[in-house]
This record gives sequence, C-alpha cells and structure tokens, in this order.
Amino acid sequence: MKTTYLFLVARLLVALFTGATYEDKGYSVGDYATDFKLKNVDGKMVSMSDYKSAKGIIVIFTCNTCPYSKIYEDRIIAINDKYSAQGFPVIAINPNDPERQPGDLYELMQERAKQKGFTFPYLVDETQEITRAYGATRTPHVFLLKKEQSKYKVAYIGAVDNNHKSASKATQKYVENAIEALKAGKEVSTDFTKAIGCTIKWRET
Amino acid sequence: MKIVCALMLFIVFSFDPVFGQKVEVIKFPQLQEMISAGKPSIKVINFWATWCKPCIEELPYFEEVNRTYGGDDFEVVLVSLDFVEDLDTKVRLFVEKKGLQSKLYLLDETDFNEIINKIDTSWSGAIPATLIVDQRNKKKDFYERQFKEGELSQIIKTLIN
Repeated sequence: MKTTYLFLVARLLVALFTGATYEDKGYSVGDYATDFKLKNVDGKMVSMSDYKSAKGIIVIFTCNTCPYSKIYEDRIIAINDKYSAQGFPVIAINPNDPERQPGDLYELMQERAKQKGFTFPYLVDETQEITRAYGATRTPHVFLLKKEQSKYKVAYIGAVDNNHKSASKATQKYVENAIEALKAGKEVSTDFTKAIGCTIKWRET
Repeated sequence: MKIVCALMLFIVFSFDPVFGQKVEVIKFPQLQEMISAGKPSIKVINFWATWCKPCIEELPYFEEVNRTYGGDDFEVVLVSLDFVEDLDTKVRLFVEKKGLQSKLYLLDETDFNEIINKIDTSWSGAIPATLIVDQRNKKKDFYERQFKEGELSQIIKTLIN
C-alpha cells in the first residue's frame, strides 16, 4: 500500500516536472509526450522544442532494415514535404540496438538518409528510453503530437495508411487525415490503428 | 554445352518444390476458419516472414514441437506475412532450403488494422507473433515476441499434459 502511494507520488512529480505522462505500456491518445534530445545523422542534437513555430510533430519510429519501414520511406518524405511547411514536421527516430541489428548502425543510418534524401531528422535513440516512454512496439510506428504551448499531446498512434504495398491504393491515409483534423480544430476520427511491422530490437540486458 | 545444360537441369530440379512443404496463399477468412476449427484441438499459429530475423531464429523451435507432437490433436501452422509477389522468389526458396515440415501458408492481405485485432486484441502488429489455441479448454494465448530456446516446447508440454 505504502509503495503504491510512493509510486503515485513519484509519478505525479515526474509528470509535474516534465509535463509528460508515463505509463508502463507507453502513451495512449490524449497523453502528453515527453520531449527528447537525440543525435541526428548530421551529428547535431534535435529536440521537438527546436521547432518553435510548429503546430505539431509527426514522430515516426522507423529503421534502415525493416522492409515495412523501407516501403514507407517515400511516403514519409512526401508527408514531410507536404506538412512541414504547414507546421507539422516529421522527426524520424531509429529505435533499434545496432548490436542486435547491425544494419541500423549510425554510419548506415547516415548513408540511408543521404541515399533516400531524407528531408527530416533521422535520430538515434541510443538508450532506447524515448522508444520505451512512447511505447513504440514496431517499425514503422507513428505518433502524431499536437503542440499545446510547450506540451505535446498525443493525437494519433499507428500506421501511415492502410495499404503498405501501394500508397495510391490506400483508402485510409490515417496520418494525413489526422493532421487535417488537427488543422481544422476537429477531433481525429481514427486515432489508433495497427499494422504489421518489425519488432523493435531491444538491447539485451 | 551439354554439361552446362545438364548442370542447369540439375539446379532447376534440386529446387523442385516436391521436396518441401507447399506454401498455400490464403486470405484472412480462411485463417479465421482455421483458428476457430475444432480439430486439431491444439494449434500453434506462428506469424513470420523471410525478412524477419528473430522469426527465422525461432523457426527451429516450431519445427521441433511439430515433429514431437504433430498429429490429429496437435498442429503447427506457419503463416508467412511476406508479400505474395515474393512467393516464388523468396518464400518457396527459403522453405526448400530449410526443409520446413510444418504446415505453411502465406497470408495475402494489405489492410491489417482490423485483422490484427481479430487475431488477438493484445497484438500490436509486430512479428514474430504466435497464437496458441487450445480448443479443449477454450483458451487462447498470444505471444508478441520471440521465443527462447526450450520455451515453446515447455509451453506445449504443459498444455498437452
């Protein structure tokens, strides 16, 4: 009983100081997401707070090696090209431990970003703490955040769209629909979806 | 020239699918039927793909329980989530190479949002993932992770006894 109480107090304190809600299973829609400071492929550190005029952030956990990630790369570039100017930039985070997945080494991330011409940051979550806090379970895994002053409220969690094989055949563009709803000040109608993806390669402890 | 032809024929025939289990392409309703069927009473349905490293690492454990317990009351079903376009070039070649003996299907679907929840609401969509159906006790267990050595056979042993 006492420990439960202490735990609740601790959680409340964490929430007060960071403005973030921590859950064992990661975020749900409506939770406040924590900001981060992670290394980009250009060597510089990137945080969400760097985007002063953003209305929201499209955080995408993705990697070099998963075929589902690769198949969505062009669509993620297109989303960033379309929406960053409208206040919703993409920030990609590679969650995988390169010891378990050597294809996700930092140098290879740099190579991939260059080769594909990523127009957005591609960050390394070395400690995997951000991946854990968000509750990402697969790649690619999208968390669309709506900025409220200096806080980031989770507005959508899930897949980019409902057809991994073909963007043009997708009948539901989940991320785009959610952004359009946020822009119009409306409720996001589909705020959680599932899709096949690769497991996160967690560091072995 | 003749030798080259003979060699090519040999290569072609050594890949003939007659030596391995065949891979049947299915849609979700067929999989659903399989999951809810009364027989065999215990079914282990594993979702994998040739591109999924942890999946490939744990495949031998599924083959092992299939060899040990496979029969009228127990069955291992390997459901590949590879793209159907890769059936001949990747999946069948892989099955041949590994000599997989469990039942094999390729689930040819594109919109998985509904499907994933219908298979198990706890599944986020990452693979490897395994559904174990026990019709005798009307019980389903879902594992969204890779099995360690010995773990799957322990689970099955407990279920059967």
